[in-house]
Amino acid sequence: MKNEWPLWEVFIRGQHGMSHRHVGSLHAPDAEMAIKNARDVYTRRNEGLSIWVVEANHIAASSPSDKGPLYEPSESKVYRHPTFFDIPDEVGAM
Amino acid sequence: MYAQMVKTEAAQDDPEKLAAFQARIDAGEKIEPKDWMPAAYRKTLIRQIGQHAHSEIVGQLPEGNWITRAPTLERKAILLAKVQDEAGHGLYLYCAAETLGVSRDELTEMLLDGRMKYSSIFNYPTLNWSDIGAVGWLVDGAAIINQVPLQRTSFGPYSRAMIRVCKEESFHARQGFDAIRKMAEGTPEQKKMAQDSVNRLWFPALMMFGPSDKDSVHSEQSMAWKIKMNTNDELRQKFVDQTVPQIEFLGLDLPDPGTKWNEERGHYDYTDPDWSEFFDVIKGNGPCNVDRLAARNKAWDDGEWVREGLMAHAKKKAAAKIAAE
Repeated sequence: MKNEWPLWEVFIRGQHGMSHRHVGSLHAPDAEMAIKNARDVYTRRNEGLSIWVVEANHIAASSPSDKGPLYEPSESKVYRHPTFFDIPDEVGAM
Repeated sequence: MYAQMVKTEAAQDDPEKLAAFQARIDAGEKIEPKDWMPAAYRKTLIRQIGQHAHSEIVGQLPEGNWITRAPTLERKAILLAKVQDEAGHGLYLYCAAETLGVSRDELTEMLLDGRMKYSSIFNYPTLNWSDIGAVGWLVDGAAIINQVPLQRTSFGPYSRAMIRVCKEESFHARQGFDAIRKMAEGTPEQKKMAQDSVNRLWFPALMMFGPSDKDSVHSEQSMAWKIKMNTNDELRQKFVDQTVPQIEFLGLDLPDPGTKWNEERGHYDYTDPDWSEFFDVIKGNGPCNVDRLAARNKAWDDGEWVREGLMAHAKKKAAAKIAAE
């Protein structure tokens, strides 16, 4: 079992001009086979028009323990949302 | 179900951390792979998701058996697509299990040497084409009842795998119903075959949900952790209530003479399967246990040169690329 195929993360772009989205992972010996396998595993029902694969060990991820420092600062900035501003009805759509 | 009698580990972590973890689950948050989790939660999930994945893979065997003998080209194409889906479902689930820190090859090894189980249902044979219809309709029908609530399970990757699986699963049940309906509405001989399939597969299908609640010792902790969403008997009752009218629609006799509508409960009463048979099949003594494991072992051994060859080729290509740079 020493020769286990590496793990790849799979990203698929759907039909409607959306960005590529993570759909899951799979094992494959190289990128070419990873794309072929992704086609079989993740697009059996017209789910996608484009596939990205990246070897899982090349992904850097934020750590759950950084949740506070990373995301809390935005909680106090409600003015970043349009609903913060009161626009009089007579001004119309904005 | 596809994961039957999964032993739940006793939690042995720091009580404060355990309480905070439970609070997250109670609040409906999803637990993600890098989050802290009790060692027992991790271990139980590896066992459960692994067993579920193995069931999808081994579940290809009884149906694959009939691909080359399907009665029409259309039925053959449908069955091929269905069996391919099962492979896909196995892969989604293995990936979910791998996020917990176990490797695919480790899981495969544990299936092949019998340390991990798969659902008891796949140790029963598919003797004829009618059985293929019954398997799609009853076995996948039972699987849907188990998997729909699991879409809400607390572990993110498992929940996402279940959502994908459920999207594809109703095709499986419907194609099975369509196939057995053709038999039930066919010649008297075909109808007899359909009846025989339902008679043989009914109780094994009921066993898929696992032992009766009074004998199910692992439920409480798993339900608190939301890795089990309903009790075995709740799901079994749901299956009976849903399937009895379908059997009647097909004009077939109910395989269990004890089936009776219970006005007071608002459910069908039914006879429990023979649990000694169930435990015997789990232990490895079902009609096909030996064949199924032998087939998986053979596939794994026969494929070794392909796995190694492709890996060697990939390494050679990568080395040549580095040299060229």
